[in-house]
Amino acid sequence: MIAELGLAALWMAAALAALQLVSGVLAARSDNLEIAATVRPAAVMQGVLCAFSFAMLVWLFARTDLSVKLVAANSHSLKPMIYKLAGSWGNHEGSMLLWVTVMGAAGGLIALLERRLPERTMQATLATQGFVALGFYAFLLFSSNPFERLPMPAVEGNGLNPLLQDIGLAFHPPTLYLGYVGLSVAFSFAVGALVTRAVTPDFARAMRPWVLGAWIFLTVGITAGSYWAYYELGWGGWWFWDPVENASLMPWLAATALLHSVSVLAARDALRAWTIMLGVVAFSMSMVGTFLVRSGILTSVHAFAVDPERGTFILVLLAIYIGGALAVFGLRAGTISEGERFALVSREGALVVNNVLLSAILGVVLLGTLYPLLTEAFGVRVSVGPPYFDPVGALFVVPMLLVMAAGPFLRWRRDRVGRVQKPLILAGVVAIAAFVAAIASGIGVLPILGLALGAGLAVASVLPLRGRNLRRLPLATWGMVIAHLGIALSLLGMASDSAYSLEKLAAVAVGDVTGVGPWQIQLAAVEPVSGPNWTALEANLLASYRGGEPITLAPQARSFWQPVQETTESALATRWNGQLYAVLGKAAEGGRWQVRLWWKPFVTLIWLGGMMIALGGLLALLGRLRDDLRRRTVQRKAAERRADRAELTA
Amino acid sequence: MRGWRFFVPLGLFSLFVGIAGYQLTQPREEFVESAMIGQPMPQFAMRAAVPDRPGVSLADLKDGKPKLVNIFASWCVPCAAEAPQLAALEARGATIVGIAIRDRPEDVAAFLQRYGNPYTRIGADDVSELQLAIGSSGVPETFVVDGNGIIRFQHIGDIRENQVDMILEKLREAGA
Repeated sequence: MIAELGLAALWMAAALAALQLVSGVLAARSDNLEIAATVRPAAVMQGVLCAFSFAMLVWLFARTDLSVKLVAANSHSLKPMIYKLAGSWGNHEGSMLLWVTVMGAAGGLIALLERRLPERTMQATLATQGFVALGFYAFLLFSSNPFERLPMPAVEGNGLNPLLQDIGLAFHPPTLYLGYVGLSVAFSFAVGALVTRAVTPDFARAMRPWVLGAWIFLTVGITAGSYWAYYELGWGGWWFWDPVENASLMPWLAATALLHSVSVLAARDALRAWTIMLGVVAFSMSMVGTFLVRSGILTSVHAFAVDPERGTFILVLLAIYIGGALAVFGLRAGTISEGERFALVSREGALVVNNVLLSAILGVVLLGTLYPLLTEAFGVRVSVGPPYFDPVGALFVVPMLLVMAAGPFLRWRRDRVGRVQKPLILAGVVAIAAFVAAIASGIGVLPILGLALGAGLAVASVLPLRGRNLRRLPLATWGMVIAHLGIALSLLGMASDSAYSLEKLAAVAVGDVTGVGPWQIQLAAVEPVSGPNWTALEANLLASYRGGEPITLAPQARSFWQPVQETTESALATRWNGQLYAVLGKAAEGGRWQVRLWWKPFVTLIWLGGMMIALGGLLALLGRLRDDLRRRTVQRKAAERRADRAELTA
Repeated sequence: MRGWRFFVPLGLFSLFVGIAGYQLTQPREEFVESAMIGQPMPQFAMRAAVPDRPGVSLADLKDGKPKLVNIFASWCVPCAAEAPQLAALEARGATIVGIAIRDRPEDVAAFLQRYGNPYTRIGADDVSELQLAIGSSGVPETFVVDGNGIIRFQHIGDIRENQVDMILEKLREAGA
C-alpha cells in the first residue's frame, strides 16, 4: 500500500503542477480573479503532495520493502538505518523524486511567502515553476517510476554502492539538490519577469534570497563533496575535473555571477538583461550537468545511470525549458531597457568585469567538459584534464581575483582610482612578498601565483572593515568580507597543497618506522576488524610530529560483501598547519604492508575556506531577511496608524 | 537588426542540443578505450599468484606472440561469469595471461578450481599497480597485447559469448 500511496500522490502532484501552469498562464493574460486565486493554493498543494510521495519512498527504504524494485536494487536488510534512508536518494529514480520534491516545496514557499512581486509576475513565475516541475513529473511517471513493484519480492536487496556508504555522501546529494533546484526558482523568476516585462529592483530583491539560498547549498555541497572525495577515495587529491564535479561547479560559477548582478539590479537598477540572462543560465547549468551525468554521454569515474533513453528524455526537457527561456529572452531582452548608467570605475563596473570573468571561467569549464563530446562526433576520443583546466582557468581566475580585491573599495556609480589606492597598494605589497617567498622556495608557476594572490586577496578582503563601526556594519557586508576571505583561504590551501605536499609509498613490517616530511610513523599492528556489512584490515599507526607525543591512526582496507567491493578508509591526523593522510594497501612480500602517506601542509584551508564562503552567504541572507522583516513591520505599523487616523476622523 | 545579439545564447544552446542529440542517437560504444592503446606495456615483474602457474613479467609478453592479458580477481562476480568465454578462447588457440588483482593465493586457487584455469601464467598484482599503469579501472578487463608488448585493444567488463569471435579477430590483427 505504501508504494501505491506514494505513486498516487505523485500523479496528483503532477496534475496540480499542470493546473498551476494553466491557471498561471490564464491569470497572467486575463483579469479573471477566480482563476488567479487558484494559482497559489495549487502551488502549495503540489509541494505538499510531492513531499508526501517522497516520504513514502523513504518509508519503503526504512522498512526495506523488497517487493519494490528500487529498494531491492539499492538496499539491503543488514545496512545501518542511516544508509537505508540515504539509499532512497542515492540512486537515479529516488534522486529525481528528491529533485522534484525540493522544487515543489520551493514553489509552495514562494506561493506562501512572496508578496513583493506584482501579482501578474508572481503568477507567471509560478506557472513557469509548474511547467518545469511538470517535465520532471513526466520523467518520473513515464520513464523512472520509483514505486515500481517487482513481480516477485526479492529475497534480499543488492545493497548500496559501498563508496556511498559514508555519512558525508549520504547528505551530499540532498545539499547539492537544494542548490540546483533553488536555482530553478531563480529561473522561474527570470522567465516570469521577462514575460511580464517587470524587471525591477523589487524583482531583484524578491529573487535575491532564493539565489543566495541556492548558492549557499551549492557551496556547502561542493565543499563537502570535495572533502569526501579526498578522504574516501584514498588517492590524496581533492579535485579531479571530472564531469560530475564540473556539473556542480558550473551552476556555482553562474550562481556566483548572478548573486552579484542581482545585487547591482537591486541597489542600482542596472544590468537588467544580464541578470535575467544569468538567471536562465544558472539553472540551465544545473540541468546540463544533470543531463551529462545521467545520460551516459560522458564517461566519468562516478557515472550514474548510463541510459541513453533517459538521456533523451532529459535532453528534450532541456530543449523545451532552456531553449524556450532563451527564445523568450531573445525576443524580449531588447524591450527591457538596461536601466541606470554607470562609469567603468565604480562598484557596478567592478561587478560587471567580475561577472564577465566568472562567465569566461564557466565557459572554460563547460568547453572542457563538452570537448570530448565534440571530438567524439568526429571519431576522436580525448580526455580533458588538469593540463587544460589549470592554466586556461588561471588565465581568467587571476584577473578575477584582482578585480575581486579592488571591487569592495569602490563606490557605486562613479569613483576615482586614486581614492582606493592605499588599501590596494597594501594588498599588492603582501602579494609581492608572498610571490618572492614562493619563488625562493622553488615551486611551480601556478602555486606561486596562487600563494601570492591568496595572500593579497586575504588582506584586501578584510581591509574594507578598517575605520568602520563594526557593530553597526550591515550583516550583508560582513557576509561579503567573510566570503571573500574564504575564497582567499581556499586558494591558499590549494596552492599550498600543490606546492608543498610530500608523498611516500612504503612497504613496512609491523614494528618498522618510516616517515614523511616532519612525521615519523611506526606500524604498530595490522588487525582484522568488522562492521555491520563489511570486514576490514585495520592498521595501527603511531605517528609523531617532529619527535613529539605519538598519535594513533587507523586506516582500513574494507571489503563489503553486498555488493562485493573493496574500499579504502584513509586516516587523517589534522594539525593547525596541515594534515597527515595515511592509506593502508595490501600485504606485500615478506609479511610487509603497503602504506601510502602524504603530508599536506595547510590543505585544510581549502574546505575551511569553502565553509567560510557559505557562512558569508548565510550572513548576507540573514541580513537581507532581517531588513525585509523590519520593512514589513514598519509598513504594517504605518498602515495601522493610517487606519486609526481614518477611524478618528470618520 | 540591433536585437540579434540577444539570440546568441539560443544559438549556442541549439548547437549543444544538436551535438548532444546526435551523440545520443549514435550506437553507444559499450567499451571505453584506454589512452594506453598503442602504448607499450610498462616494465613490471610479478610473483606467481598460484603455485602451479609461473608469474608474469614484461619479458614474458615480448616473446613475439600476441596474447590476451586478462585482469581478474576471485572476489569479482562478473569474472566468474566470464570463465566459459575465456575457456572457449583458450580452446580456439588464444594464449591468456592472468593478472590477479588484490587477491590471496588460496582464493585464486579455489576460484580456478571452480571455474577452470585458462591461463598460462598468472601474476599477482597486490596493489593494483600494473592495473592502474595500463589504464584499467575495474575487473574484469582484457587487453590484447602484441608480440612486442604493445597494447592493441582493451575490453572493459566481462567478455560475453557473442564477443568471443571479435576478441579472436583482434588477437589475429595483433599478430599480423
